Order: sequence, then C-alpha cells, then structure tokens
Amino acid sequence: MGNKQTIFTAQQLFHRYRDLAPQLVPLDYTNHPDVKLPYELIGSMPELKDNPFRQRIAEVFSEDGEGNMTLDDFLDMFSVLSEMAPRDLKAYYAFKIYDFNNDDFICKSDLEKTLNKLTRNELTEDEVRMVCEKVIDEADLDNDGRLSLEDFQHMIVRAPDFLSTFHIRI
Amino acid sequence: MSTAGEQDADLSLQEEHESKTHRTKRRDGDRQKKKRRNERRKGGTRPETSEEDDDEEEDNDKDVVRPECLSPEELEKLKEAVDERKKLIQSLRGKPWPMKKKLVTLRESQEFVEKYEGALGKGKGRKLYAYKVLMTKKWMKFQRDFENFKTACIPWEMKIKEIESHFGSSVASYFIFLRWMYGINMILFGLTFGLVMVPEALMGRPYGSMPRKTVPRAEEASAMDFAVLWDFGGYAQYSVLFYGYYNNQRTVGWLKFRMPLSYFLVGVGTVAYSYMVVIRTMARNANESGVGDDNSFNFSWKMFTSWDYLIGNAETADNKFASITTSFKEAILEEQESHKDDNIHLTRFLRVLANFLVLCCLAGSGYLIYFVVRRSQKFALDGLENHTWWERNEVNMVMSLLGMFCPMLFDVISTLENYHPRVALQWQLGRIFALFLGNLYTFIIALMDEINLKRKEEKVVKFNITMWEASLYNGTVLENSTAPPVTIHPADVPRGPCWETMVGQEFVRLIISDTMTTYITLLIGDFLRAVLVRFLNYCWCWDLEAGFPSYSEFDVSGNVLGLIFNQGMIWMGSFYAPCLPALNVIRLHVSMYLQCWAVMCCNVPQERVFKASGSNNFYMAMLLVILFLSTLPAIYTIVSIPPSFDCGPFSGKNRMFDVIHETLESDFPPWFSKVFSYASNPGLVLPFILLMVLAIYYLQSTSKSYREANVELKKKLQMQNEENKRKNKRAALKAQMDLEEARKTAQEQQRNNNASVQDQEGESFDFKY
Repeated sequence: MGNKQTIFTAQQLFHRYRDLAPQLVPLDYTNHPDVKLPYELIGSMPELKDNPFRQRIAEVFSEDGEGNMTLDDFLDMFSVLSEMAPRDLKAYYAFKIYDFNNDDFICKSDLEKTLNKLTRNELTEDEVRMVCEKVIDEADLDNDGRLSLEDFQHMIVRAPDFLSTFHIRI
Repeated sequence: MSTAGEQDADLSLQEEHESKTHRTKRRDGDRQKKKRRNERRKGGTRPETSEEDDDEEEDNDKDVVRPECLSPEELEKLKEAVDERKKLIQSLRGKPWPMKKKLVTLRESQEFVEKYEGALGKGKGRKLYAYKVLMTKKWMKFQRDFENFKTACIPWEMKIKEIESHFGSSVASYFIFLRWMYGINMILFGLTFGLVMVPEALMGRPYGSMPRKTVPRAEEASAMDFAVLWDFGGYAQYSVLFYGYYNNQRTVGWLKFRMPLSYFLVGVGTVAYSYMVVIRTMARNANESGVGDDNSFNFSWKMFTSWDYLIGNAETADNKFASITTSFKEAILEEQESHKDDNIHLTRFLRVLANFLVLCCLAGSGYLIYFVVRRSQKFALDGLENHTWWERNEVNMVMSLLGMFCPMLFDVISTLENYHPRVALQWQLGRIFALFLGNLYTFIIALMDEINLKRKEEKVVKFNITMWEASLYNGTVLENSTAPPVTIHPADVPRGPCWETMVGQEFVRLIISDTMTTYITLLIGDFLRAVLVRFLNYCWCWDLEAGFPSYSEFDVSGNVLGLIFNQGMIWMGSFYAPCLPALNVIRLHVSMYLQCWAVMCCNVPQERVFKASGSNNFYMAMLLVILFLSTLPAIYTIVSIPPSFDCGPFSGKNRMFDVIHETLESDFPPWFSKVFSYASNPGLVLPFILLMVLAIYYLQSTSKSYREANVELKKKLQMQNEENKRKNKRAALKAQMDLEEARKTAQEQQRNNNASVQDQEGESFDFKY
C-alpha cells in the first residue's frame, strides 16, 4: 500500500539519490558535477520496483531519454509525482509516460502496450483489441484514431481517482 | 513558447550577472537552496533561512532602494513587478519545464522579490504567511494519518481486498455482508450480555438458592456429562444462558435493577434495533447507487488511472494486477451483454417455461414437506420409540435432501433463461429462498406442537404440586394458622416443564447443528475435493482439473442464504435464550477466518466474472423479509401464550407484557400512567396510525417523482455529451477538409505564380533589352 512517511525536504531527497550509488555521487554539488545514475539503479528503488511503468517514468524524466537520471531529473520526477503537484502538470507528464513511441500521440499500439503491462498479458487478443477500440471511441475527440494531449487531458481531468493514484510518496 | 524563450534569455543574462556578485552565496551549500526551493515549491516561504536573508541584505546594502527616494509611479511600477514575480513563483510548479530552468527562474524571482519587497515594507507579513503554511502542512499530515488509522481499524479489510482482487466483487460482497452481520451481532451481544445476563449473574440470587435455579435431583447424576452439556441440558440448562433461570423479583441488588423489565425491553430493543439498521442501510445504499454513475470514460479511466503508483510491495502489486485484470474482464462482460441481440420471442418463451418448471418444483417440495410433517406429528402422538430411525428423523432428512438437490436443479433450469449473470444470481437466490421458507415452516410447526404439549403438561404438574404441598403439611399441623415453613432442598421441588427454556434449547441446538453441517460440508466438499483433484490427477485417466470434478467455485447464493436464515433463527430465539447472540458472534468470527482460508485455498474464480450490483440492496431486502417473518412467531408467543408459572422473569404474570403495566404503575409518578392511559385510547391511536400511513404515501410519491426527474436529467446530460462529441468530430473533419482544400489551392497558386514569374522574367528580360 505505499509508504506512510512524512514529506521529505530536498536535502533528504538528495541523500536518497546519493544512497543509490555513493561512490558515483559526490557530497559536494557546488561545482555542478555531471553525474548520471544508470536506469538499473533507479528502477530498483523500492518505490518504483513494482511499478509496471517504471521504465517509461525514468525515460520521460531523464535528460537523455534513456532512463539515466541526474540529480535534477530525479528531483523533477519526484516533485511531479508528489501530492502537491497540480493536476494539469501531472496530466501532461502522464501523457508522456503512456506514449511509448514518443510521437506526441497515444496511438493504438501504445494503448495495447499499456494494457498488457497493466494486466501482465492475461487478457486475450480479442479482449485487448476490444478495450483499445473502446478507449479510442470514448476519448478521441478530434477523430484521428489516436489520442492527442488535448484529448487525454480532457479525459483525465474528469477522472475521480487520477490524483490519488498518480502519486508517489518518498 | 516565445515568451519563455525571451525569459530564458533574460534569465541567462541575469544568471551571469548574479553569478558575479553572489558567488559567496552559492558556496554556502546548494542544499540550503534546495531546501528553499522545495519549500517554495510547496507554496511556503523560508522561515529557516533568515540568516541567508540577512547576509543577502547586508550584501545588498549598497544597492538597496529606499522608499523615500522613489516617486509614486516608480513605486507603483515596482509593486507591479514584484507581484508579477510572485505570481511567476506560484505558477512555477505547474509549468512543464525541465528542472534546471525552473530552479534558475525560481532563484532569480526570489531574489528580486526579496530585494524589493523589503523596500515596499511588506516584510512583516511574510512570517505570518510562513506560519500559516506550516500549520496547513501539519494539518494535512494529521488528516492523512487519521485516515490511515481509520482504515487500519476496519477489521479484515486486507483479507477482503485480497479476495476481491482474485475472485471479483460478487464473492467479496458475501464477505462484506458477513462482516456487516458480525457488527450487528456484536451490538445484539452487547445488549443481551450487558443488560440481561450480567445483572442476573452478579446481582440475582445465586445458583442453588431457588428451585428454578437448581438441577433437579433426578438429573443431578448426569448433569456434568459432556453429552448432556453438548445437548444444552444439565448445568448448561440451569444457568443464565436460558430463560428459565431468571427470577421474577421486581428489583434485584442494591442498584434496584428492574430485571424483568430489562429482559422484556432488551427483547423488544434487539428487534427494533435490527429493523432500524437494516432499513437505514437500505436507504443509504439506494442513495449511493444513483450518484457516482458517470460512464462516459469508463474504459479510459480504467486504463489510465487504475494502477496505484503508491504500491511498493510485491504482494500488493500481485493483488493489484489480479484486480485490474478482473475489473477489465467485468467491464468487457458488461459491454458484451449490452450488445447481445436476442431472438426476443424464443428467450421469452424459454423464460416462461423455466419459471413454470421452478414453480412445479417448489409446489412439489412444499407438498412433500407438509406431508412429512403431518406424518411426524402422527408418529409423535404414537410415541417415538415405536418407529425406526428413519421415521423418527424423517423431517430433518427430507429437509436436508431437498436443500441439497433442489438448488442444483434450479441451477440447471436457469441455463434456459440466458440472463446476465448478476440477474441470474438474483433469480437463483429468490428461488432457493422460497425453498428454505418451507424449512422455516416445518420448524415453526414442530415448535408450536411442542409448546402446546408442554403447556398441557404444565397444567398437570400444577395440579400435582398442590397435592404434594398438601401432603407435606399433612404430616405436621392440621390447622388453618400458618404452619412453620418446611425446609425443602430446592433440588427436590417438583418442576413444571418450562416451555420457554425448551424453545431456547431447540434454537441453540439448531444453530449448533447448522454450524457443524456448514463447516463439515466446507471441509469435505471444498477442501477434500481440492486435495483429491490435485493429487489424484497424477494417476488418473482423464484430466481431473479441467474435466469432471475440478475445483469448486465459491457458492455465493448458498452461503448468503445460509447467513440470512441463520440470522433469522437468532432473531427468533434470542428472547428465550439470551446466549444466542454470543454464540452467533463466535460462529461468525470463526466462519470469517475459515471461509476466507477456504476460498483462497480451494476455490477457483468463476468463468464469467461479473460486477456485483454496487448497492447490495438485494441481500438487505431478503434480510428484511426474514426479520419480519422471524419476529412474528416471537411476538405471537409473547402476546398470546401465558408464561410458565415457575420459571423465568415473568412467572406468575398473566401475560409477559404485563411487566410494562406494572412498571408504569409502580415506578412512575401517578400522572404519567394517566397520560399513558389517555394516549393508548383507541380514539387517539387510530387517527395517529392513519396520519402515518398518509405521510408514508406522500413521501413515497414525492421520492418517486424526484427519482424520475433525476433519470430525465441524466438522460439529457448524456445526450448533450454525445451531441458535443459528434459536433467536435464533425468540426474536426471539416477542419481537415478545409486544410486539404487550402493546401491544394496554395499549391495551385504557387504553380501559377511560378508560371507568371517565368513569364514576367521573360518580359522583363525583354524590357531590359
């Protein structure tokens, strides 16, 4: 069910970042060293390791798009996913996370990948196809067969659970 | 984005400028800056970094602006600039910029605001604001902790969530119902234990002081035997567990506790409380079912908001995956069912046929039950010893066999009907309910017969006792004056057959045997079957898991009905056996753990997983019917049968409810009983009842009209949504076509232009030359 810890300050966030690889991250950040932690370390954090979308999250927030994160990326990620971030910001980043092929549209193949990750491939092909068609049918407003950022935001801001589920506490 | 670009340029210039003047600042630790940033991001100012403020102010002393040397317009402009910067800081959280840019902008704006806000003399307000923000944060944290605590207090929540994620919401609804029943039974237990059993045990006369509280001499030898105790005879019978033990003294103990009054009121109170709770739950469910019904983005929301990013535990993640899969399957099923197009006439004919078959079945079993009960009454009159074991237990055996085979028959018949699984479950429940009512009928008939028998016996015993008492005194003094009291040990006094205790015992025995049957069926039918299927599969000719026996599914309807009828028995019997709610609490507690374990260990989810109707009002409706049916016999016996003469808190009275009259007369001031007698005048009561009926009718009709208006509004809203969607799609299509046309015309124009340019060039060429 999630961690029940208090809101950490940035100092503690920095220490969490450093604890992932103490030999790579220096204590002194005054010279803005260019330190990037590889994706494997980020993906093994307890808050992320059970999340089926952890790879996409790391890719979206990392500078190089590969999942290797600097301290700034790390702070950015947890600040967007915290409970204080505003809804529109979260919707923007959620769109980027679910857009697997980074083409600024959530197309059918992105939906299929999302669904398979959510159900761990338990649904049959027919069921997957049916669900994706229904989603496009429900949310696609400009009728181009895929979800743009506006479509996605229009749909997600009305969702009652969005803010409470798109939330990581660290 | 152009403004951002400009700002970017601004910021980079400013950054350079700042870096030259504030290099010392940065060295102090980016950590402090990060702390500041984080806090600012959360909308607060920086109460801890006042030292840095001072430092900065000292540094800025050279360029600090004094308010006196500024003209009013400049002051105005400065204020605007500061406000703009403040707004930027507030909105910085919502901008999807990369972190670096955000940090830089933030630092700039903060420094600007600090520098000039001091000049505008607004420094004091900041501390208060910071304090307010700190308090808000603390309050939010407290609220979150309290919510967590409240959720952790709900019993068995994790177990039920686990079951829900693997088996779907219909199976989970049974366990939620079980938990709710447990809550009700706890309250009933509290009432009977605290207000009836404990006062009598603590303040009443102890065991052995009166005939009704002592085991009779004849039974004394076997009173401690386990077999007798298991049957609730012996010492168990002559204890606070049953009606017969209670003394009819008006007040007991130094508290002057009115025991008979308390007994009567607790009996009435348990029924009243149950009615209130059931109806309140029905009303609440009816309210909730209307509200959160937005279906417009069902699948999209399921896909994008169902994963809970807070999950950090592998087991919870497993459950969540299972629950998401189940939820999708449920939604897909709903979608498919809504698209099914049927041959209406064939379906209707089949449904009518199925109902006819079921009615025949029910009528047949009803007649069978009636016939068997008559026969057993005849046998009882002949004396039970003359008949075989089958004939003695005929009624029970027939009831058990019917209860085992008829539901299966109903199941088979229901495949003809082709309903949505949820609707099919409700029909099944209704039919088995009708079948079990027959069960109830036989039980009540048997009980009534026994009560009548015992009352006849009582008359005989009363007569015998007067003879016996006379014989006692005969041997001593033959005068009319009061004889010296003869001391007789309470165990030797002849007793009347206490029919109330007998009724209580019957109920307790029934509950115990019911419980045992359920648990044994569970262990054999589910657990043993699962073990056999799993281990015999290795050496069997056909695949046991996929083929014939396979693992059992959880039988929601059977279990729910069992629970409901069990509760009906408790309601019927708790007046005569105050120990029943306590027994039921233990039984439900054990059931919860046993069934949770059995479901997770031996059952498989159903083929077609469907979403239970969110309201659960169907179970509540059945519970209400059973509540009504089970309070009828109890009320009948209280009102029309006189209590036994020598046992129980009402012994010696003409009717049990006379205790109320007695209390009114002796415990309340005299004007109260006058008022009460006026109030119970039929001339007053009848108009009052009429008024209530009219009020109910009025409320019913207004609520119906509100509900219809609600449905109309929802339909309108849905139509509006669809209109909007269609309009949007049309507009988008049109925009696309316009774009195509514009492109085509642009291309043509370009071609024309090229052609004309070439011509022109040719001409100009001519001109030049």
